[in-house]
Amino acid sequence: MSDHEYTPKSKAGKWFNDRLPLLTLANHLTDYPTPKNLNYWWTFGGILTFCLITQIVTGLVLAMHYIAHADMAFESVEHIMRDVNYGWLIRYIHANGASMFFLAVYIHIFRSLFYGSYKSPREIIWIIGIIIYLLMMAAAFMGYVLPWGQMSFWGATVITNLFSAIPFVGEGVVTWLWGGYSVDNPTLTRFFTLHYLIPFLILGLVVLHIWALHVPGNNNPVGIDVKKPSKDTVPFHPYIVIKDGFALLMFMIVFAFFVFYAPNILGHADNYIEANPLVTPAHIVPEWYLLPFYAILRSVPDKLLGVVAMLSAILILAVLPWLDTSKIRSAVFRPLYKQFYWILVADVLILGYVGAMPAEGLYLLIARVATAYYFLHFLVILPVLGLKERTIPLPLSITEPVLGGSPNMAMAKKKESKIE
Amino acid sequence: MSDKKPERRDFLFTATYAVGAVGAAAVVWPLVDQMNPDASVKALASTEVDVSSLKPGNTITVLWRGKPVFIRRRTQEEIDVARSVKMEDLIHPEKDEDRAKNPEWLVMLGVCTHLGCVPLNDKGDYDGWFCPCHGSHYDTSGRIRKGPAPWNMEVPKYEFVNANTIKIG
Repeated sequence: MSDHEYTPKSKAGKWFNDRLPLLTLANHLTDYPTPKNLNYWWTFGGILTFCLITQIVTGLVLAMHYIAHADMAFESVEHIMRDVNYGWLIRYIHANGASMFFLAVYIHIFRSLFYGSYKSPREIIWIIGIIIYLLMMAAAFMGYVLPWGQMSFWGATVITNLFSAIPFVGEGVVTWLWGGYSVDNPTLTRFFTLHYLIPFLILGLVVLHIWALHVPGNNNPVGIDVKKPSKDTVPFHPYIVIKDGFALLMFMIVFAFFVFYAPNILGHADNYIEANPLVTPAHIVPEWYLLPFYAILRSVPDKLLGVVAMLSAILILAVLPWLDTSKIRSAVFRPLYKQFYWILVADVLILGYVGAMPAEGLYLLIARVATAYYFLHFLVILPVLGLKERTIPLPLSITEPVLGGSPNMAMAKKKESKIE
Repeated sequence: MSDKKPERRDFLFTATYAVGAVGAAAVVWPLVDQMNPDASVKALASTEVDVSSLKPGNTITVLWRGKPVFIRRRTQEEIDVARSVKMEDLIHPEKDEDRAKNPEWLVMLGVCTHLGCVPLNDKGDYDGWFCPCHGSHYDTSGRIRKGPAPWNMEVPKYEFVNANTIKIG
C-alpha cells in the first residue's frame, strides 16, 4: 500500500506526522495511482459517499424535530413539513436521498457485475459492499416506518412478519422484534434507535471498503491488472477528483429535480394517512428499490420458501466471486457473458415492475419465470459460462485498445498460441 | 497437541474461558430480553366488548393487544356452509365446531397468518375474508382456503360474560 516514502515539508508537519501519520494517509489518498481508462461508471463510489454524508447530515437535523412516539410521530413529521424553518427541504432531501442512494448503489453494483470487479483479488471489497447494501436496506426500511403513516405501519407489519416464517421460534422472534403483540410504540422507538445507528455502521464499513480497494487498486474497463504507478495510471488528485466532481454535479441535478419538482413521486400517497392498525391499505407496496425482492417473495406460494427465496436472492451475491468461474474480468472480452449480463439487467427490471403490480394472473406468471431466471443466471449460467465461453484475447496493457492495431495484439495472439 | 498431557495451566485456561462465557451470557441476556413485551404491554391482556347491536351478517372489528379482532354474527347459511366443508379440502384442517363454540358467533384475530395484514370482510372466493396484501382467501369460518397463508385465522381465548358481552383474552 505504501507507494513511496513521504515526508512532510514543514517542520511542524513532520513533528505531527511522526506521532500520528495522518499526513502520510492524506498523501496516499491524493497520489493514489488510478487506472487512466476509468469511465463514468466508476464515479459512483464518490457519489455514494456523497449520498451517505447527505443522509447523515439531513437525518441529524430531522432528529432534532422528530418525536419517536406512536401518538406524536405522524404529527411531528407534519410539524417539520409546515413549521420548522426549511423543514420541508430537509425532509424532502432525506426522503429522496434514500432513493438516490439506492439508484447510485444499483449502478455501482451493476458496474461491478459488468466489469467483473468482484473477482480475485477484490472479493473482500465486494463482500463488504454486499454487507453495506444489506445495512442500507435495513436503514431504509426502518426510516420509512418513522413517519408512522399507513405504509409505514403496514410495511413494518409485513416485513417483521417475514420472521414468523422461521420454524418453531418464528412467533417468539416477531414478538421480541415488536416488543408487544403488534407493531406499536415499542417497535417505533427501537426502529428509530437502529435507524440512527446503522448509517454510522455503514460509514465504518465504507472505510473498510475503501481500504480493501486501495490494496489491489481499482479494476478498470479492460479488466486486466495494471502496474502501479506506471504510464497506465494517473494520480487520484486532480484527475479522478475532477472527474468524480463533474459526475457528482450531474447526479445532483437529477437529485434536485426530484427534491424540488417531484418530491413525492417516489413515495406513496397512503403514507400521508396516519397509521391505523384496523385497516390495511388495499395495495401494499414497498419502496421502488425493494420491489425486485418483493416480487421474488410473492412469486413463491409457500410462506417459508418465499422468505428463503427472497433472502437467497440477496445472499447469493456474496458468493458470486466463486460462482463466476471465468478468470476474465471485463465483459468486453466475454461476448456471451455480455449478452447474459443484459438479460439479467432486464430480468431485474421486470421483477421490479411485477413487484409493483398485484400478485395475480399474468403478473404472477411473469414474476415466477423472472425469479427462476434470476437464480438460473447465478447458479447455472455463470459457472458453466466460465468453463465453456470462448473469450476475446486480452490486450497486454490498458493503453493498447486506445491506440488500436498496435503490435501488442499480434504479440498477444502469438503468446496465446504458444500457451496452447 | 494430543501427545501433550494437560497441565494445571490448561485447566486454568479452560476454567477462565468457561467463567468468562457464563459472565458474558449473563450480561447479554438483559440486553436482549429488554426488547420483549414489557409489563405495561402485558397488562393490557383482556378487553370486553358489547355485541348487543350486532345483527346477523354483521362484523365488528375491535382492537385487542394492538391487533384487530373480528367478531361476526353469522347467518344460518354461513354456518351451514362452514360446517359442511370436508376436512380433506382444508389446508389447515379445523372443524368449524371447534372454532365457533356458539355457531352464531365467530371471534378471531383479524390478522392474516401470511404476513399480518387485515383481511377484508365478505370478500374472496369463499365469501369469508380476503387479504389484499398477497391474496389469501378465507372461508366463513376464517379458515385458509387459497393463497400463501399457512394457517387459519387464530381464535383467541374469549368468553361470554353475559348474553351481550364478550371478554377477549
